[in-house]
Amino acid sequence: MKNLLLRIAYWALMIGLGVFVFSHTGRASAAGMGFDEARHLLNRAGFGASPGEIAQYAQLPREQAVERLLRPSHTAALQPAPAWVNEAMTPPRELRAAGEEARKAFQQEQVRRGFELRGWWLAGMVATPSPLLERMTLFWHNHFVSSQQKVRYVQLMYRQNLMLRQHALGNFSALLHAASKDPAMIVYLDSASNRKGQPNENFAREVMELFTLGEGQYGETDVREAARAFTGWSIEPDTGTYRWRPFLHDEGTKTVLGRSGNFDGDAVLDILLARPATAEFITRKLWREFVSPDPDEREVGRIASRFRDSGYDIRTALRWLLLSPSFWSAEARGSLIKSPVDLVVGTLRSFQFETGDALPFALVTAGLGQNLFAPPNVKGWPGGEAWINSSSLLARKQFLERLFRAEEMPLMAGAADSRMRDFSRVKGQGQLGPQGRERFARALTDIRFDSTAWFRDLGDYAPLARRAVLATEPANEARALPAGALGREWLRQLVLDPAYQLK
Amino acid sequence: MQRRDFLGLAGASVVSSWLPAARAAAADAYRNLLVLVELKGGNDGLNTVVPYTDGNYYRLRPRIAIKRDEVLQLSDRAGLHPSLAALMPLWQQRELAVIQGLGYPKPNQSHFRSIEIWETASNSEQYLHEGWLARAFAGNPVPRGFVADGVVVGSQEMGPFAGGARAVALANTEQFMRQARLATPSTKRGNAALSHILKVEGEIVQAAGNLGSGVSLRTEFPAGGFGNALRTASQVIASQAGVAAVRVTLNGFDTHQNQPGQQANLLKQLAEGLAAFKSALIELERWNSALVMTYAEFGRRAAENNSNGTDHGTANVHFAMGGQVRGGLYGHAPALERLDNGNLAHTLDFRSLYATVLEKWWGGDAKATLGGRFQPIDLLRA
Repeated sequence: MKNLLLRIAYWALMIGLGVFVFSHTGRASAAGMGFDEARHLLNRAGFGASPGEIAQYAQLPREQAVERLLRPSHTAALQPAPAWVNEAMTPPRELRAAGEEARKAFQQEQVRRGFELRGWWLAGMVATPSPLLERMTLFWHNHFVSSQQKVRYVQLMYRQNLMLRQHALGNFSALLHAASKDPAMIVYLDSASNRKGQPNENFAREVMELFTLGEGQYGETDVREAARAFTGWSIEPDTGTYRWRPFLHDEGTKTVLGRSGNFDGDAVLDILLARPATAEFITRKLWREFVSPDPDEREVGRIASRFRDSGYDIRTALRWLLLSPSFWSAEARGSLIKSPVDLVVGTLRSFQFETGDALPFALVTAGLGQNLFAPPNVKGWPGGEAWINSSSLLARKQFLERLFRAEEMPLMAGAADSRMRDFSRVKGQGQLGPQGRERFARALTDIRFDSTAWFRDLGDYAPLARRAVLATEPANEARALPAGALGREWLRQLVLDPAYQLK
Repeated sequence: MQRRDFLGLAGASVVSSWLPAARAAAADAYRNLLVLVELKGGNDGLNTVVPYTDGNYYRLRPRIAIKRDEVLQLSDRAGLHPSLAALMPLWQQRELAVIQGLGYPKPNQSHFRSIEIWETASNSEQYLHEGWLARAFAGNPVPRGFVADGVVVGSQEMGPFAGGARAVALANTEQFMRQARLATPSTKRGNAALSHILKVEGEIVQAAGNLGSGVSLRTEFPAGGFGNALRTASQVIASQAGVAAVRVTLNGFDTHQNQPGQQANLLKQLAEGLAAFKSALIELERWNSALVMTYAEFGRRAAENNSNGTDHGTANVHFAMGGQVRGGLYGHAPALERLDNGNLAHTLDFRSLYATVLEKWWGGDAKATLGGRFQPIDLLRA
């Protein structure tokens, strides 16, 4: 009790001080960019940030902070991957020969492994010291889309993730070539069945529409001709690695975007990269990811030409975007809607939730419309306002409400049961199998939130607690509790405010 | 949306003198319910309504064609895929219209662009931001007391309701009612993102207030996602407050590879689901005031590909059913001897189907919504 009174007195004092202590009002000082800008940068370039991280970045000037994010210390995934990722693969012909029962068992095992892989990636995002790298890996997953639902072999999805991670902050040209010949992609867009004399146009169309030029920048003839150039790309069935099959390749002359020659797939990719439209298309997409929903076309043009001139160096494009006046403008703050991953991973990171197994959270993002390793179609998650409709908004709020009931003390059996009931409606939960469900239940009881520690970590920035949580003013004035009531309940009300859905 | 704001704000005498009459007419119009069923991915129309006497069909599809003796005959030239058997009773009762050759000039073969064209009712090279139903409801508002203008079941995309309609998406009515307490109305304004969220909050509050308690239906729906979506749709329709349109989605029609088994499975879900839905609508006494229509982004290529599947195509066949539907074949069977670059040429603009809804079903003006004159299809009983 005494402790509580002391705490209240402390906060009251801090709030009072906040009015006067200029250096801690969140505005930039000569040396650092200040609390608000640090929070903005970390929310956009990563997935939320703890009070400690915000305080650290607040001391840095913008350029230095952006550079630190662009040059992470770790590029490899931190979390150990599931043991099966290096197992030998069962080739399709063996599966076909194995009979109905074995095929079913194989399918179920792939589904189970898929869940495990989602948990692996999500745990990585929560724990990462390199948030921009993780965000870009996710960005490219949503650009060079492949889905486990079609690819089936989860190992291929894992390897694709490593490939995306490797190039995430590297070179877009190298990434395009690698992603196009990535085995999961070859399965996903039917490249292996694209053969001389029997073309399958799936990849040829999507590489132009979604990976490089954008709609309206090519014609149907270009798609058909390019498909001929992409013939011969295939997979080695025993290892699941890329394989070139010259006998299936069309050696004739193709004409793509006005250029003719006996092109192979790589040559066509280079033709696509040579078009200014490609740099603009990627820059526009990065703008929507990092800056605002409405790209400034003049700025996009400028950044795109620098991007292309750099030989498609991804860091160059990101540096210009993150240091653009538009990124820091008042209008850009809170102008983006959080994706389910932003919401879930961001909340766990920002409030330093203690969690065990990340699997339940991967299922939550799936239930909110973002099922990792399984975007809805080749165009990926549409994002923006499409994330929010009546059913997804309610599911988001329910998740937040439940999460903030997990105070310091371990959950009692009854509370765990009720939380289990809430989460049991999470889509996909039924497919986990008995062991998976047990894991799921255990993980739920492992969630902890220490609100006292969170407020303590804000330190001198405590008066800015609301601005650590919301990117804009709250939308529901009526719900705002008096400042003296800072605590878990205050935070719970704040995260249920519509403004918490923004970043 | 803008037009509705205008009506709402303009309290001047000129407007108010005719407004009540217009409102009454709209309330009457929307006693007629529209149910849209999206066959997402682009259903292969040629293997759905099979031209089983056409040698070209079997020549184009040596491996995946539906055998002549397997089709369910509709006429001496057209037959349904055998997995659509559950639709045959509707056909025999002359409540199933089969509309062939639907499409639009300069077809686009991208999933995303073509569904946008269908859902916004635009021309091929025209970009519109509102769905065709959002525009229709802006011009002819749905009564405020309704649950919503539109309800989307089992999908996160608002499709024809996007960009202005009062539409809610839900997966399950009980869960929706339970969770709705987390939403609060707000009069605050903000940037576009916040405005969108606040609008959705308001729609939740409104829908939950009007949805009422759940109705238990005797009808049994087939197991699976599509059956569940149709059950939820039926529960929404059962609400006293009313709803103008409902959209449900059946996923998975993008059959580039191994089409036969996949499409058979999907068409079975479709037919059995819709047969159960009819029985639910009869139970709710809505079958005679419901029009159920399918749509998709495109049909598929006339020739099979090398992977036992079909690539993206153009013109397609769709179904319309209901107690007021005049059953039969409409439009022209695809001319397989006159392909356009391997694709079926459309013979009927899809917006004619929408004109039928807007003019004949809702008694409104189709021209304003569709941006041009499209001849309605005479598929409703007088």
